[in-house]
Amino acid sequence: MLAYFTRRLLLALVTTIAISALSFVIIQLPPGDYIDQYIAQLSASGSAISREEAEALREQYGLNQPIWVQYGLWMGKIMRGDFGISLEWQRPVSEVIGERLWLTIVVSLAAIMFTWMVALPIGIYSAVRQYSPGDYLFTLIGFVGIAIPNFMLGLILMYIGFRFFNSNVGGLFSADFETAPWSAAKVWDMVKHLPLPVFVLGLGGMAQLIRIMRANLLDELRKPYVVTARAKGLTETQAILKYPVRAALNPFASTVGYLLPYTVSGSIIVSLVLGLPTVGPVLLKSLVAQDMFLAGSIILLLGVLTVIGTLISDLLLMWIEPRIRFQAH
Amino acid sequence: MAQSVPAIPTDPDHLVEDIATDAEERVSVATQWQLMWWRFKQHRLGVFSGVVIVIFYLVVVFADLLAYVDPAQSEALRSLIAPQPIHWFDNGQFRPHVYALAGKRDPLTFKRVYEPDPERKIPITLFARGFEYKLLGMVPTDVHLIGLAGAPPEEGLYLLGTDLQGRDMWSRLMLGTRTSLTIGLLGVAISLFLGVLLGGLSGLYGGWVDTLIQRIIEITRSIPTIPLWMGLAAAVPNSWNVTQIYFSITIIISLIGWTELGRVVRGRFLSLREEDFVLAAELAGASQWRIIFRHMVPSFLSHIIAATTLALPAMIISETALSFLGLGLRPPAVSWGVLLQDAQNVQSLAISPWLLAAAIPVIIIILAFNFLGDGLRDAADPYGV
Repeated sequence: MLAYFTRRLLLALVTTIAISALSFVIIQLPPGDYIDQYIAQLSASGSAISREEAEALREQYGLNQPIWVQYGLWMGKIMRGDFGISLEWQRPVSEVIGERLWLTIVVSLAAIMFTWMVALPIGIYSAVRQYSPGDYLFTLIGFVGIAIPNFMLGLILMYIGFRFFNSNVGGLFSADFETAPWSAAKVWDMVKHLPLPVFVLGLGGMAQLIRIMRANLLDELRKPYVVTARAKGLTETQAILKYPVRAALNPFASTVGYLLPYTVSGSIIVSLVLGLPTVGPVLLKSLVAQDMFLAGSIILLLGVLTVIGTLISDLLLMWIEPRIRFQAH
Repeated sequence: MAQSVPAIPTDPDHLVEDIATDAEERVSVATQWQLMWWRFKQHRLGVFSGVVIVIFYLVVVFADLLAYVDPAQSEALRSLIAPQPIHWFDNGQFRPHVYALAGKRDPLTFKRVYEPDPERKIPITLFARGFEYKLLGMVPTDVHLIGLAGAPPEEGLYLLGTDLQGRDMWSRLMLGTRTSLTIGLLGVAISLFLGVLLGGLSGLYGGWVDTLIQRIIEITRSIPTIPLWMGLAAAVPNSWNVTQIYFSITIIISLIGWTELGRVVRGRFLSLREEDFVLAAELAGASQWRIIFRHMVPSFLSHIIAATTLALPAMIISETALSFLGLGLRPPAVSWGVLLQDAQNVQSLAISPWLLAAAIPVIIIILAFNFLGDGLRDAADPYGV
C-alpha cells in the first residue's frame, strides 16, 4: 500500500514538473520577450524607454540569462505565489485568475459528480435489463453524448433556449449577482445556473462511463457466483448490488483519473460558448493577445490542479478497493 | 456450447450435412482477412457507417466539383440569405428549378433584403460551368456538378444560404469537409507512427524503456489537452501561410493524441511476445526486424486498424474545436471549425440558424467512425467467440 502510494506521489511530482516545463515552453514560444512586449505596449500608449533602461529591466528580470536559469527563476517565483504581471490587465496574474480558477473547479467537480451519479444507476439498469427499451434508449443517449462535442452541444442548447424560450441560458450568475460580493444568495444563484453547464460538460463523459459500467457489470452477472447468490435465496437487489456491482466498480473508478483532465479540458471551451466566468475565456484572450505570463500560469495551474485531483481520486480508489491496497505487498 | 459438441448423425439427411461441412470447410480454409470480412459484414451498422464514410471521402476528393461558387467569393450585399429550396416539379413535370432572388429595400429598415420571386424560375442543370479549379488536383476544368441554366448561381442557388460576408455556405461546407477530414487522416497517421514506434519499443524491449514510455503516456493523459493545444497553437506565427498552419496544427493535435494508439500497440506486443510462433521464428534465426514485420505486425494489424478508426473522431473534434476558438486554421482556410466560428454568437445564430450547418457533418462523421470502429474491433479477432 505504501509502495502504491509512493509510486502515485512520485508520478504526480514528475507530471507537475513536466507540466511546468511545458507551460514555460509555451510562455517562451512567441518571438520576443516580456520586455519587447512591454516596450511595444509603452510605445503604443505614446511613451517610450531608452535601450539602457530596457537592458536594465532585462537584467532585473533575468531575461539575459540562459533559458534553464530563467525557468528556475520563474519556478522560484511561482513557489512564492508570484505568477508575474499580466500585460493586458496590468494586474498581477494571481489577481486576474483567482476567483475564476475556483469557479472552474466548482464547475468541473459538479460535472464529474453529475457524470458519476447519473452514469452509475443507468449503467446498472442497462446491464440488468439488457436489450430492454430503456437499455436501447440509454444506449442511444450514450451515442449522442459521444457524437456531439460538448461545445457544439452548448451551442445547440443556447440556440434552442434563445429561439424557443427567448432566454439567454448561458452564464453562471444572474445580472444582479455578477459583480456582487459573495453571499448566500449569490451561491444559491450560481447553483440555479449550474445544471446547464454541468449537463453540457458531463454528457460526453457520462456516455463513456455508462458503456464501461454496462459492459463490466454484464461480465460479472454471467459469473457463477451470481447464480449461487440467487440459489441461496438472496433477493434480486442484494444479488446484484452487493457483489457484482462492487466488482464492476473497479475499472469504473480507475477511469476517473482520465475523466478529470477530460472535464477540465472541456470546461475551457464550453465556458467560452456558454459565457461562464471561468479561466477559459481569459486563457483564450491572453493567448490571442500573447499575454504569455497569464496564459502560461493558467495552463500550469489547470494542469497542477488536475494532477492533485487525480491523486485524490487514486487515494480514494485505494481506500474503497482492497485489491489495490493488498496488491502492492 | 451446443455447436461444439460433435454431432451424431441420427438423420440420414445427407443434403443438410453436406452443406454444413461445405460451410465448415469454407471457414477452415479461409484466410484471416476473409474471416474478418465475414464477421464485419454481420455488423450492419458498421457496414452502413463504412458506406457513409466512403461518401464523405468522395466529397473530399470531389469537393470543388460539388461546390458551385468559389467559396471565397463574398458579396456584402448578399449576406445571410436563408437557404433556398430546390423546387423539383413544374406544373406536374419533373423540372428542378429555383426561384430567382430579387433584391428589394425593406421599407422600414431600409436594409436590402433578397426575396424569392416565384415568377422567375431558373432551371437547374447538371455539369454547369463555374469557377475554375483542378479536378483531382490535376485536370484544369470549370465544370461543376450543378449550376443554373443560363445564369450565374448567385441568381438563386443557395442550398444552405450564405454567411455574414455573403459567401455560399454549401460550397464552403464542401471545401471545409475536405480540410477537416484530411487533417483528421493526416493527424491520425502521425499519431499512428508515434504510437506504433513508441508502443512497439515499449512492448518489445520492456524494462526501463517500457517504464519510461509508460510514464510518458500516463503523464500526457493526465494533462488537460485543450489548454495545452491552445497554448501551442497560439504560438503558430500569424505570418505563416495556410499550408504551414495546416501542418503545424496537425502536428500539434497528433503530438498529444498518440497515447491511446501507443497503449493498444504495446498491449498487443506484450501478448504476442509470449506466443509460440514468435519463439519459433526466433529459434529459426529470424532477425528482429523480420520477426516484427513478418510475424508480429500481420497478426495485430487488424487491431491497429480498429484502434485507428476509433482515434479519428478525436482528431476531427480537436481540429474543429481549435479552429472554432480561432486558434486553429484561420481564414482564408475553410474547415468545419472555421465555419462554426460564425455560429459563436447566439444572437446571429437565432436569426440565421443555417450558420450551424457544419455541425451536422461533424456529428454524422463522428458517429460513423465510432460505429465502423466498433464493427472493425469485433471483426479484428475472428477466431474469438
